[in-house]
Amino acid sequence: MIRFEPRTNPSAFLVYGVPVMAAAFAIILAAIPLSLAGAPILPAYGLMISGAFGSLFSISEMLTRATPLILTGLAAAIAFRAKLWNIGAEGQLYMGAMAAVAVGSGVIDAPSYIMIPVIMLAGAAAGAMMLIGPIIMKTRLGVDEVVTTLLLNFIVLLFVQMMLEGALKDPMSMGWPQSEPIIDSAILPPLLERMRVHLGLIIALISAFALAIFVKRTVWGFEIRAVGENAAAAKFSGISVTKTMVLVAMLSGGLAGLAGVSEVAGTRGYLATDLSPGYGYAGIVVAMLARLSPIGVIISALFVASVFVGADSMSRAIGVSNYLADLIVAMSLLCVLIGGFLTRFKIHFGRQKSAG
Amino acid sequence: MEIIDILLTANFWAAALRIATPLIFGVLGALICERAGVLNLGIEGIFTAGAMAGWMAVWLGAGLWGGVLVAALAGGFFGLIHAILTVPLGLSQHVSGIGVTLLATSLSYFTYRTALPDVTSPPRIIPFQPLDIPILSDLPFIGPALFSQTALTMLALVMVFVTGWVLYRTPLGLAIRAVGDNPSAVEAQGLSVYALRIGAVVAGSALMAVGGAFLTMSAFDAFFFGMINGRGWVCIALTVFASWRPGKALLGALLFGAFDAFQVRLQTEVGAFLPSQVFLMMPYLLSIAALIIVARKADYPKALLVPWFKGQR
Repeated sequence: MIRFEPRTNPSAFLVYGVPVMAAAFAIILAAIPLSLAGAPILPAYGLMISGAFGSLFSISEMLTRATPLILTGLAAAIAFRAKLWNIGAEGQLYMGAMAAVAVGSGVIDAPSYIMIPVIMLAGAAAGAMMLIGPIIMKTRLGVDEVVTTLLLNFIVLLFVQMMLEGALKDPMSMGWPQSEPIIDSAILPPLLERMRVHLGLIIALISAFALAIFVKRTVWGFEIRAVGENAAAAKFSGISVTKTMVLVAMLSGGLAGLAGVSEVAGTRGYLATDLSPGYGYAGIVVAMLARLSPIGVIISALFVASVFVGADSMSRAIGVSNYLADLIVAMSLLCVLIGGFLTRFKIHFGRQKSAG
Repeated sequence: MEIIDILLTANFWAAALRIATPLIFGVLGALICERAGVLNLGIEGIFTAGAMAGWMAVWLGAGLWGGVLVAALAGGFFGLIHAILTVPLGLSQHVSGIGVTLLATSLSYFTYRTALPDVTSPPRIIPFQPLDIPILSDLPFIGPALFSQTALTMLALVMVFVTGWVLYRTPLGLAIRAVGDNPSAVEAQGLSVYALRIGAVVAGSALMAVGGAFLTMSAFDAFFFGMINGRGWVCIALTVFASWRPGKALLGALLFGAFDAFQVRLQTEVGAFLPSQVFLMMPYLLSIAALIIVARKADYPKALLVPWFKGQR
């Protein structure tokens, strides 16, 4: 007979150690698909590590990958804190990217210190806008936001396709459905010469620290935590749950929109429908690995990014499918979920001694 | 006038039922899980896994029904993962479901790529063929619309009745419905809440996977990346629309299929005036609309999303 007993005060070791162990365990589990694919296990791991950390170039690539993941991770973390299940970061990212292209590809021109804030604001606003519908349906009609935000991802991607074949199409693209390029003054400049890592990383890091302070130190942050922990109690103590949900939705959608701005104006330079290989969904894993802590999101985004970059490079070298990266990321989400259970409960084996 | 003509052809209704088939399996699967109190957002990935595993089994020579069995087993496997995480461990059904979707999808893609490393065009199998039932298939209108479908569509229709019968006419069904409303009362009857919930999630997931297999073994004859394309999420919306009832699930899926078949035909009529993406958005918009329509009166199973632990009152 197995019993679970709630822990009143989980130790710091458990709180911080469990996500690390979960991630490590997922990496170890990857040995199974690797060996089934007939790859030499240890050299494959070696290639993954050198692919992510082996040179300044690979570190720059890893940081470039981590940038949108920090932002979508923050988007999921703040929403999940308030138990607002925003699974629509992928669509919000694309809306943000589209808004950045709409204002940043030549309609207006100004120096960088104006253009960059302008496209950031436009992108954040567009991302946040995507949650207005789901939040109204949730608070007014009680429609589950999981399904509406998920379905909106598909609608947005089709909308982007439509715009790229229509209003936003680059006449110089020789028929490829892609947008006109972002003008030079709106480009997020690279941080290192001849490397891809760009200003978006700094924006993402600032967002993480700002969000951490916001959640910990402000009244609004306190209300968000209160609503997430016990909506009924929060309501009873005079917190407007609806208002808090709207605030969280705007923050979450805005952060996901910023990820789109960063990708389109920092990494790619133009908008196409393959801008994001699922950063919105991966952001959920990033947030869960971080136990919804904004600072933790930075670390877990670095982990997820190195898995992606490392697996890509290993895949090129020995021909194992790079879907291995998605597999590791999915397994680490399930591992950290189980790990979270072990932090909250003690497990007892054997018979229950006292009647309880 | 032309619109009415479209609705009156047997061809149109044949297409509607074909589009509805995977959704029927999916909604039945989702409603079994939810009736037992467990939201299964793994559905999108389970569809993918069923589509891939079923096709792969046939491609390796298992035979069509062998493929269906393999798909169901794959679905049951991922359902079991979701069930263990959400039932005895009581973890977030939302996050676990998303995790199962990510796992099942990436594992399917990884397996497909590993088995077929450098194919440019996806290899094909010989899929289920349209039935040719003596007399019935020759009936006017319902012959081509209903009795010339493939065996998997027939199986979907049979499963509607089986699911309805089990849920409403057997003690097992009563227990499953009760465990999603008031688990403590079920335990007081001496039944195992865990066993009922885990069983329901595994069975429901197996059904979902057969819906996925329909796509690669009946609607098409090959597996493509991204072919599920949100169908799983559509099923979750349709489950609410169907008020968790198998009969209404059939109706909802058919309405959805009819609408989808209609927009494809409309596209050829007025396609020149509107971008094709507007039509492709329709299924997703329709799903959201379905949720809004029933929002006020949706009667969710009372213990849906609520974890229950042994010994709890």
